[in-house]
Amino acid sequence: MTSTRLRGRPLVRTSYAQDMSLLNTPAKRRSTILIIIVSFLVPFIVTDDLLLVLTLGMISAVGAIGLNLVTGYAGQVSLGHAFFIGLGAYTGAVLGGDTDASVTGYGLPIYIWLPAAGVVAALAGLLVGPIAVRLRGLYLAIVTLGLVFLGDHIFRESRSLTGGPGVGRRGPDLVIFGIDLEESGVVLGLDLAREQRQFFMALVFLIIFAVLGRNIARSGVGRAFSAIRDRDVAAAVIGVDLTKYKVMAFAMSSFFAGVTGALYYAVVGVFEPSAFGLLLSVQYLAMVLIGGVATISGAIMGALFISSLGRISGEIAHVLPFISESSSGSGLLSVFQLEAILYGVLIVVFLIFEPRGLFGIWTRVRNYWKGWPFSY
Amino acid sequence: MTDIRREAPPEQGTPVVSVKDVDLNFAGVKALSGVTFDVNDNELFAIIGPNGAGKTSIFNVLSGVYRPQAGSVTFLGEDLLGKRPHVVAGLGMARTFQNIELFENLDVVDNLMLGRHHHLGYGWPSAVAWLGRAQKAEIRNRRYVEEIIDFLEIEPYRRMPAGLLPYGVQKRIELGRALAMEPKLLLLDEPVAGMNGEETEDMARFILDIRSELGIPMILVEHDMGLVMDLADRVMAMDFGRPVATGLPSEVQAHPEVIRAYLGSPDPEEVA
Ligand SMILES: Nc1ncnc2c1ncn2[C@@H]1O[C@H](COP(=O)(O)OP(=O)(O)OP(=O)(O)O)[C@@H](O)[C@H]1O
Ligand SMILES: [Mg+2]
Repeated sequence: MTSTRLRGRPLVRTSYAQDMSLLNTPAKRRSTILIIIVSFLVPFIVTDDLLLVLTLGMISAVGAIGLNLVTGYAGQVSLGHAFFIGLGAYTGAVLGGDTDASVTGYGLPIYIWLPAAGVVAALAGLLVGPIAVRLRGLYLAIVTLGLVFLGDHIFRESRSLTGGPGVGRRGPDLVIFGIDLEESGVVLGLDLAREQRQFFMALVFLIIFAVLGRNIARSGVGRAFSAIRDRDVAAAVIGVDLTKYKVMAFAMSSFFAGVTGALYYAVVGVFEPSAFGLLLSVQYLAMVLIGGVATISGAIMGALFISSLGRISGEIAHVLPFISESSSGSGLLSVFQLEAILYGVLIVVFLIFEPRGLFGIWTRVRNYWKGWPFSY
Repeated sequence: MTDIRREAPPEQGTPVVSVKDVDLNFAGVKALSGVTFDVNDNELFAIIGPNGAGKTSIFNVLSGVYRPQAGSVTFLGEDLLGKRPHVVAGLGMARTFQNIELFENLDVVDNLMLGRHHHLGYGWPSAVAWLGRAQKAEIRNRRYVEEIIDFLEIEPYRRMPAGLLPYGVQKRIELGRALAMEPKLLLLDEPVAGMNGEETEDMARFILDIRSELGIPMILVEHDMGLVMDLADRVMAMDFGRPVATGLPSEVQAHPEVIRAYLGSPDPEEVA
């Protein structure tokens, strides 16, 4: 289409395609491109330990986008996200990891283990989805919580796959296009440390999955999800098959979760079954709630923020003498307790004061500057 | 098809929808009993009756939300009983709600696009990939939605969340969402309830236009007698879940049972 935008009136759109496009205002386009460029520069500015925090944050963001599909868009509160992440993590680790004395691994390449991790989790989502057709709200939350306990049991008992509690196993090997991301060296003429390589990998995957998430959200599928969330009876009466779309929401969300699980522990290295407990599910819900319900960029902001919270509480513990920096310390609080308290407080504060989350704050700041110096 | 149902399209004179002896109970409450009526092609059929008479329950039976205990409902030759709401919607039944049921967090365009759900013609793989197929389908359906926006004169509200709009506008958007479905039968549950004079006139004009320009048969539930008498071809009066009179508006209005239902008693002294 050869639509020319009217000069000086950036909000006038001359075609529906333009209105529906991924970034439908010049401001959005500009800021997104800027953010992506800056993101690619980050590894050359930031120290390696912080880089790892951001890498894990970006990988978590994929899972947070997934949870936002089912909980934020489709309105089905799921406490079972940790289970799907765990399924992805172990699918990835078994297919892409090495066999050693205690656990099985097939050493397959990433283009097999990564999609497989998503697919296995999605299949589990397909099985679980129908529960959401019968239950809603709190009841659904409680039943999906049951998944976490079920998963915990299965992961503990399948020692040949998971290594079992207290032992654990390694995640899949991270080799993409022959480049081993667990080592340092020259890539495309740049001498990159392992943390820098992994950061780029996470950034590329995040961009891919953010676009996929956005595509789902702006399509008829995303609209059907939102319709179910807002008014399920009306949604059915205009022709939305509630069963089909609730199951689809769970399956899609779980696919994202599975991918996150596999990638996350590929970067982390060794992990144990206890990683996939209720706390992980709550963390992901916090990412969605604090980031902004039913927005892709909100999920990303929330994930980066929550992933940095451990680091932030570490810094706070550093400054405040009554917080010990280990779990067995002598202070009033341990740093882990501080982190848990911060979650709780942040969730409550956001629910009360800014239900639209970080995304809402961002919108307000943006609108303020758009109108500056007029406050309207 | 090998069954005995006719394969040919319904011939002229076959009713669009045919309801026979429908009973609907809720734990002892008889919401509907022995409800029987037909709606013909291009007809505007009105249902009146006091509060709790069962008017909305008829709509819920028609759209598949409630399943009646007895009776039959046939829509364009298909038996509707036991069909789920989205299937009924797919057959061409659209409705508006007495208490507005818009998707309040979505903007007006998205609400109307949801009315196009059955006409989108692409599935989740195309949605995820968002390539030519999904884009073309979205643009095609968006054009249709824009025509409805023009028709209902709601252009200024396009990108506003439906939940934030004034009541009268919300009623209009709900009508738009139903029209976006390209329905073969339209059910309107109290479209002018709570509206002022001007808004009521606008709505009456839209209903007449839908009839003359789009030729969609309608069932109208309304308490506003003036509107019913002006618009309807035929009227069915309900009381306590059963039809008390069906016929031309003037006949039904003059029917002694109808007067009794509305006034509570034929004896004016007991009314006061
Ligand atoms: N889901 C339900 N559960 C129990 N009773 C119901 C239900 N839906 C309707 N009823 C009962 O059925 C009867 C008819 O209700 P309905 O809503 O159809 O009346 P109506 O004619 O639309 O009234 P109004 O003019 O007030 O809208 C009422 O007695 C109502 O209490
Ligand atoms: Mg009613």
